[in-house]
Amino acid sequence: MSKSSREVLSFQGGIHPSGDGKQLSSGNPIQIAPLLDRYRVMISQNVGKPPKPVVKPGDTVKKYQLLAEADGFVSANLHSPTSGKIIGIVDVPGPMGTLVPAIEIEADGLDEAAETWPPIAWRDADPADLLKRVGDAGLVGMGGAAFPTRVKFSPPPEKKIDTLILNGAECEPYLTADHRLMLEHPEKVLEGAAISGRMLGVSNIYIGVEVNKEDAIQALGRRASEYGVKIATLKVQYPQGSEKQLIMAITGRAVPAGGLPMDAGCVVQNVGTAAAVTDAVVSGIPLVERVTTVTGEVVKNPGNWMLKIGTPVIKAIEFAGGVTAEPGKLILGGPMMGFAQKSFDVPVSKNTSGILLLPVSEALTYGSVGCIRCGRCLEACPMNLMPCLLGNAVEGEKFDIAAQNHVMDCIECGSCAYVCPAHRPLVQHMRRAKAEIRKRKK
Amino acid sequence: METILFAILLMAVIGLVLGLVIGWFAKIFQIESDSRVELVTELLPGANCGGCGKAGCSDFAKSVVSGENPPSKCPVSSKEQVTAIALALGIDAGESFQQRAVVCCGGDREQTKRLLNYNGVVDCVSASLVAGGPKGCSYGCLGMGTCARKCPFGAIEIINNLAVVHRELCVGCGTCVAACPRGVIKLVPADAEVHVYCNSPAKGPAKRQVCNVPCLGCRKCARAFPNKFKVDGFKAQVNYEAKPLPTADDVQAVGCPTGCLLTADEHLKIEQNEPEWSPEK
Repeated sequence: MSKSSREVLSFQGGIHPSGDGKQLSSGNPIQIAPLLDRYRVMISQNVGKPPKPVVKPGDTVKKYQLLAEADGFVSANLHSPTSGKIIGIVDVPGPMGTLVPAIEIEADGLDEAAETWPPIAWRDADPADLLKRVGDAGLVGMGGAAFPTRVKFSPPPEKKIDTLILNGAECEPYLTADHRLMLEHPEKVLEGAAISGRMLGVSNIYIGVEVNKEDAIQALGRRASEYGVKIATLKVQYPQGSEKQLIMAITGRAVPAGGLPMDAGCVVQNVGTAAAVTDAVVSGIPLVERVTTVTGEVVKNPGNWMLKIGTPVIKAIEFAGGVTAEPGKLILGGPMMGFAQKSFDVPVSKNTSGILLLPVSEALTYGSVGCIRCGRCLEACPMNLMPCLLGNAVEGEKFDIAAQNHVMDCIECGSCAYVCPAHRPLVQHMRRAKAEIRKRKK
Repeated sequence: METILFAILLMAVIGLVLGLVIGWFAKIFQIESDSRVELVTELLPGANCGGCGKAGCSDFAKSVVSGENPPSKCPVSSKEQVTAIALALGIDAGESFQQRAVVCCGGDREQTKRLLNYNGVVDCVSASLVAGGPKGCSYGCLGMGTCARKCPFGAIEIINNLAVVHRELCVGCGTCVAACPRGVIKLVPADAEVHVYCNSPAKGPAKRQVCNVPCLGCRKCARAFPNKFKVDGFKAQVNYEAKPLPTADDVQAVGCPTGCLLTADEHLKIEQNEPEWSPEK
């Protein structure tokens, strides 16, 4: 498809963040992070139940060896990122600001791998075998939500899935991890897409990529037809990479309120997870490392690194040459939906897509005032909600009004807060309302 | 003239008929009301604080009259008020158990580190949704006043980003306990003077990194008065069942190395910037 004739897809609403900061890291190839002498692997790295540790202090482990076993259906295995000795279970600061348990490993410096699983010839394999491998490898959604991939690929039989969408939109400013992955390993992403399609029994496979990643679109496009994958070019618009918006842009279908993508016949998966599917099925290795963007105006050498899970954030910043000025804010993920951190000792986990250090000037603090009724948030909301009204309801602690106006459908993308000229902390209000409503339902 | 008389007569007749109808309806649809419930409601403080566990004062009055609760279950009423209710109904007043709220944290703006440049909603529940709150300690008081705004008696004041209880105003209704997202407010017996002003179960060195006034779990208090204090994990606790309860003199005798063992009055005065106090006391 030539550049001029192709269709550029999008959804209604959303915003165009100015100065998206992607140029800081998009030109630099993925680098392999040097080996550290200590890793702290958080036990709970997935949505659902944390896995059960199967190692004891003093045990020696090899790279790819099982550290913790999935506990129940919605849970994920955890494997060792390197070879060494288990120190024990320690408390580390987690990404949500609380202390969480982690398995501490003292690396022996050899990075010796345990025996990998035999490769599966996936084109003729039984989908159940592929699903089992994905579960064994401890795969979770690597875009941010960390939902166990095996569960996502086991939809209830009454839901008819006809479309698989790979999310390569990467609409968050600053992040370029998925971009570099698609550019440098397009065949890995495409093969993962085809394997995922085989698991779901779906032949209608799209990869959605925003048009600002022209080189990645070209790289994927060269071999896409070999794997039966279609490239959907998307408009540069935030939150293009939110699964509901992506489904709307590519298929024109709307996910019903309170529903999941499977209610619209779709499964959405991050391109990073697709590459991890290829690793698990074709190379037989579990998920122990991922591409993470280490970036920000104050980082000396912003770029993308292949980081082992359990790498402390401070070490990742050291790999990037440290900082040039006092950072104003540390964020895990992107600036729109990422989580602000209190500690630099937070370990990298399976869903850490970015480590962002904003300068003091970007982390400016504004005073917020009351709603001025301009209606800009109504135009920006990609879910067609009324953020101004919901914010007022929460300010008055009228959570029933917020519930009646569908606050539970908010995807917390932050578009409303971004455009609000009164600088109202609208996303925080939404999160408060959702937490209160969930508490009351119990 | 005739028209006027007719109109007056007509109105009088209509009035009489409607009056009879209303009177008749009032008789059939009459609801038996217990005059005792109204009496008890009158005698109750009328704060509707919910401290008794009922929806409000009249709901509590019903439960007293029905014998479900003794009058002393009302945490707000004084001993005299409870006796008055008991006398009016001719029942036993029940054993009075007065409680007071205590904010188990001494980590004000100077004492505990703030690790996050927080710029969101000034409300503890909202703030705890952002990285667990801006405070270095994930267990201490956030000091954004959610409890103070909810307190029906105005007994909690926020000084230096820390909630402190004015004991003379507190009635122990427990509204603040339910409002606090950190669980840092506890209800204790009203006559207890001494409390451990730390809520963190973390290990001593971890607490020291972020706070100047943590309980390190050093057991100094438990060694000096084994029946009055106990150490649970890495945090000391007052044994509120001890008789007699610890006093200000005991606090002096223990000499807590961080100054987290305090009397309630000291806790308030420290925050009101009493000049003689310093963390190295």
